[in-house]
Amino acid sequence: MTTDARRPPPRRLFGAWGRRELQGLFWQVLVVGIAVAVIGFLWSNTVTNLTARRITTGFAFLGREAGMPIADSLFAYNPKDTYLWAFVVGVGNTLRVAVIGIVLATVLGTLIGISRLSANWLLSRLAAVYVETLRDIPLLLQLLFWYVLMQALPAARAAWRPIEGVFLSNRGLILPAIPIGPLQLWVLGAAVLGCAAFYLVRRQLIAQQLRDGRPRPGWPFALALIVGLPALVSVLLGVSWTIERPELRGFNFVGGLTLAPEYFALLIALVTYTSAFIAEIVRSGIQSVPRGQWDAANALGLRRSFMLRQIILPQALRVIVPPMTSQYLNLTKNSSLAVAIGYQDVVSIANTTLNQTGQAIEAIALIMAVFLTISLSISFFMNWYNARIALVER
Amino acid sequence: MTAIADVPEAPRAARRPQIGNPVLRWLRANLFSSIPNGILSVVLLALLAKGIFSFVQWGLANAVWLTPANDSSACRAARGVGACWAIIPEKYRFILFGTYPFDEQWRPALSVLLFIALFYLSSRRALWRRELVLVWIGALVLISVLMWGGVLGLSFVSQDRWGGLPVTLILATFGLAFGFPLGILVALGRRSKLPAIRSLSVLYVELIRGVPLVSLLFMASVMFPLFMPSGFNIDKLLRAQIAIILFAGAYLAEVIRGGLQAVPRGQYEAAEALGLSYWRKNRLIILPQAIRHVIPPLVNTFIAFFKDTSLVLIIGIFDLLTTAKTAIIDPAWQQFSVEVYIFVAAIYFVFCFAMSRYSRGLEATSGQ
Repeated sequence: MTTDARRPPPRRLFGAWGRRELQGLFWQVLVVGIAVAVIGFLWSNTVTNLTARRITTGFAFLGREAGMPIADSLFAYNPKDTYLWAFVVGVGNTLRVAVIGIVLATVLGTLIGISRLSANWLLSRLAAVYVETLRDIPLLLQLLFWYVLMQALPAARAAWRPIEGVFLSNRGLILPAIPIGPLQLWVLGAAVLGCAAFYLVRRQLIAQQLRDGRPRPGWPFALALIVGLPALVSVLLGVSWTIERPELRGFNFVGGLTLAPEYFALLIALVTYTSAFIAEIVRSGIQSVPRGQWDAANALGLRRSFMLRQIILPQALRVIVPPMTSQYLNLTKNSSLAVAIGYQDVVSIANTTLNQTGQAIEAIALIMAVFLTISLSISFFMNWYNARIALVER
Repeated sequence: MTAIADVPEAPRAARRPQIGNPVLRWLRANLFSSIPNGILSVVLLALLAKGIFSFVQWGLANAVWLTPANDSSACRAARGVGACWAIIPEKYRFILFGTYPFDEQWRPALSVLLFIALFYLSSRRALWRRELVLVWIGALVLISVLMWGGVLGLSFVSQDRWGGLPVTLILATFGLAFGFPLGILVALGRRSKLPAIRSLSVLYVELIRGVPLVSLLFMASVMFPLFMPSGFNIDKLLRAQIAIILFAGAYLAEVIRGGLQAVPRGQYEAAEALGLSYWRKNRLIILPQAIRHVIPPLVNTFIAFFKDTSLVLIIGIFDLLTTAKTAIIDPAWQQFSVEVYIFVAAIYFVFCFAMSRYSRGLEATSGQ
């Protein structure tokens, strides 16, 4: 590099600060100043208004008795409990619909997405109609529609029985259930332990295969750890697995597992609506795998199941996982529509709290905190999964 | 499907002789190509036939189409066997226009037509020019005049009495019209080199996207009065509109940011080499390219929050879904909500389906 001696050095107004930096500083000060001014204005108004209405800010109200009824909840609750516990019950209800909804929507959406690619013309057209119809109608409308259908079902005494032991009536869906006590929990714990152990064993097997190239079957370990271990614990502890069948006594059902109509309608609406979006994601993911990959796998003479599992799916998943994350987040956020049909999720309970106590800011802050936590956990998990399946480049 | 250039496509169609009836050939290829496929087709056909048969029975054959005004006895007689479409002619004015003065309802009807014309014009590729902004401003002013009145001999109608389809269209369209510039600013902010502006933009986008729209609407309806000086208050519809604009802004910003990232670096460098200022660079060089890139996802975002405007039901604003729900409170017609919901679903479907078809058409031709 040669330096041009005749050229004067660039003029700087304030030492090292050039024109560009000064401009940047000016814009930042301006924008931050406006933001601070607006927030300060709103804050001072709020403080004045709250003083005028004699509402004390802070989360002290959470310790008071809630006094609101919650009809259907995952955790035990009675109106004498505190607002804090009511919130926890609400979070439980939100998670109960979101987690089960995510699992069911993924299964249904994947089936429909694969159906859209089927060689069977009728099946692929039906799947396309399903996707188009459900995607283009507002979720809230679908939710109200399902809820009206639930209410129009026959009364408990004339309940439909599609299968023995299953009742569908305006009291909701009643299923046979296995009562879960402490003994059963030990067995479930053993199953979880078995899964974890199998995960470690599988890693070991893959590492060995990478070393000498010989494939080692994993299924005997899976059978022993995931099925065998819980079965052994069950026999040793003498756990009984009797299925409790619901029975009609008087006007209502006794025993079994009851899905209240509100919960059932919300679950159906969320699952069908989200599955339409997931179907499109799965379809485009599979279509994104180049044709040459199928041809090459066929040319190697691989079995179809092996080809799908080892060649096609790993490549499709890279396209599928990121948009799937946002669908999971959408489903969770959409579960807040529950308030429209009276299923008491966290938003609905926060809203009741707000009406009863006037603690608007605290209630909204709690909703935001809950949803931000759920969103961040889902993103965190999905990002971890995405990083695992991402393409490893040189 | 992507065709790989170096794998020659086998000329399948040419080699196979074309024999037999074309209908049978089509059936064989598409429905009965193998035994499991054949079984599947038969089962699906049977289910489909059963479904169509019972829908035709309920929705057409046994349906009640017209009843004398305010008399639902014929419908109640057919309950359970046939649909009561008679509720639609009975209630459609209320469902479509809410409590807008009955004699003046040509005004919201005209507004709806104006909205559709505006959407149509905006969809023409030949009209994607700067003048389109003026057309939007003109149309939105005209619609406001029509809906409010108070000038040109039109009687004034307060927005408390607006309802139905125009409200849905207003919430969605004004949400787009104001959310779009907001989204552009936030997207630029998020890609800015200035740390304070960047973090403010990130905070805004992530906060709004992290919470459900329902809680934003609650905030607009409950907390807004707390934020304002005492005595100052604005209308409920406007508050919901502000919430929807803020919501739309955050989602549109993310879409536009995608477009900005797709503009090649050379374009930025060339613009800077010409000595253009930051705003002129973005206005003349970067944004026109970035926005063209993301028109299909922008349409999809618009579809999503067109549907999401129905959430204002929860804070009691009379949009299309709320008027439908209110129409069936009438005890005489209470049992026929399914028919009303199907009617309203059809309206939403027509709008969203048209837009999604259009977006797919754009995607298919965008490479050309």
